[in-house]
Amino acid sequence: MTVNSAEEANQDVAYSKALKELIYQLADDDFLISFRGSEWLGLAPHIEEDVAFSSITQNTMGHAFMFYQLLEDLGEGEIDLLAHERHPDVRRNGIYLEKRNGEGNYLEEPYYDWALTVVRHFLYETFKKVKLEAITKSSYKPLANIAGKVLMEQPYHLAHWRIWMNQLLNSTEEARDRIEARLNEAWEEFGDVLEFGFQATEMEHFDLIIGEEELKERWMDEVAKTIPNLPSEPLGKKFGSGREGQHTEDLDQALATLSEVYLSDKEAIW
Amino acid sequence: MYNYIEYGSSEISNDNIDDQEKYEQFMARIEVGEKIEPDDWMPEDYRQGLIKLISMHGISEIMGALPEKEWTPKAPTMKRKLGIMAKVQDEMGHGQLLLRVAEDLMQPYGKDRGDIMEDLLSGDLKFHNVFHMPTKTWADAGMVGWLVDGAAIISQTNMLDASYGPYQRALQRICQEEVFHAQHGEAIIMALAEGTDYQREILQESLNRWWPSLLMFFGPASADTTGSSKQNIMIKYKIRKSSNEELRQAFLDKYLPRVFSLGLTVPDETVHYDEAQEQWIYQQPDWNEFKQIIKNKGPRSKERLRLREIAYENNRWVRQALAKDQVMT
Repeated sequence: MTVNSAEEANQDVAYSKALKELIYQLADDDFLISFRGSEWLGLAPHIEEDVAFSSITQNTMGHAFMFYQLLEDLGEGEIDLLAHERHPDVRRNGIYLEKRNGEGNYLEEPYYDWALTVVRHFLYETFKKVKLEAITKSSYKPLANIAGKVLMEQPYHLAHWRIWMNQLLNSTEEARDRIEARLNEAWEEFGDVLEFGFQATEMEHFDLIIGEEELKERWMDEVAKTIPNLPSEPLGKKFGSGREGQHTEDLDQALATLSEVYLSDKEAIW
Repeated sequence: MYNYIEYGSSEISNDNIDDQEKYEQFMARIEVGEKIEPDDWMPEDYRQGLIKLISMHGISEIMGALPEKEWTPKAPTMKRKLGIMAKVQDEMGHGQLLLRVAEDLMQPYGKDRGDIMEDLLSGDLKFHNVFHMPTKTWADAGMVGWLVDGAAIISQTNMLDASYGPYQRALQRICQEEVFHAQHGEAIIMALAEGTDYQREILQESLNRWWPSLLMFFGPASADTTGSSKQNIMIKYKIRKSSNEELRQAFLDKYLPRVFSLGLTVPDETVHYDEAQEQWIYQQPDWNEFKQIIKNKGPRSKERLRLREIAYENNRWVRQALAKDQVMT
């Protein structure tokens, strides 16, 4: 099965419903984690990292842009409306990705935790890579093409965070403890990131992506290559499922910040 | 992006030139436009002047990221988010490039980047006056790109032929990127200028607020204003060409017509171009305030330094982990 355009996709209501659900997940994941990255600007452990991290963050926002563009093409509304105006209930990002960077806020007393950031980005970028690789074979060609495009740079992002994981796991005791604590925490919260939500069956049925379980296995295999001693407990979804529109107050804070100027004058062209 | 010839300690004298011949050779080289490299002999006041200039420039790039960072997560469209992210990332990159140049010069003193950061936090190393100022609206994100970076381009173009090779080469790249930044800023400004009443209002308010800082940007006209100035020695050593006042006039020449053509005003009723003197006449900013600002007593000095301090302290465990086998503080 191959669908070559938005018009074609929209001819089949069931198909386009599953397709849009999948793209919202991709777009919202990248959008939120990139927002969290932008809060780190100027606060990274050293200047070289600030340069590298902000480059990754910027690329990731670019990926979100491309996914929102696909949704705009499918008739979901303008990119900026999709990014800035949607209610939390219809946001589809994994809850773990909206989590605050640490204590304080980015303007005052930002006691951000580098261990959380390294663990989160490593787990997420590993997931993003296996998900996009699966999507390169998607029945929806415009999406498969974007996945191929993103995969030209995204593996470098993953490599960056993998190096951080290795370095911090194999250095001081304090660093290892901090990483392991954040990893255990992630294990309680990351579960919904790996899910496909309400349209999971349809996504697989329409060849939009491989099945949820298979993706999860691929992710776990990849993660285990870098972290030999993974937490033994099953992955949890402590705060529910972002794929089903459940979110935390951290998302409210993120949305209030990222849409503050946009909402200050909705008539305006910025 | 940012440097003026700073107010600061008195000039270092070259009284003890033990090798007059080397000094004369050095001067002969820079007179004919040769570039000095890190391992070449150089007068002590040349090295120290450069360390001060370049470390201040570098650290100002890094501190300069902080005001714009306030608006980066809030940028109002996806395209503006991408634009400002790329812009601020460039500034951090300039900071890194310049600190590397400064570190080479500091090597004979056994100092490195850690010392630069410590000097910043202790107040010994100044950062540029504009970055002590608050931001209030999205218009400030445009103003920093348009006029602050515009001023930076003028002050750096003045040093594009600097006699110190590593700095001169770094500036080539920095200036090229700054041109994009100024265009990024101008695009934000144009959208506001052509926008709703609210947008025009925040634009004019932002310009009013930034105007004195922009005049201060190039530093005092002479040592008489603030007590000391290193303009002359930097010109003698061919680090720069024009004086602070010449740069300020170039800035006014370039930007005041643009400001007026957008229907904006500056908060100075006396400002005009005097044909006879061939220069802009303007009301002097409060240079006493300038002195306070660069002593870290500006409106946002403490808060911005606090952010760097938190980043530095809060990430100490990371630096220790990265340098496990080295002695770390």
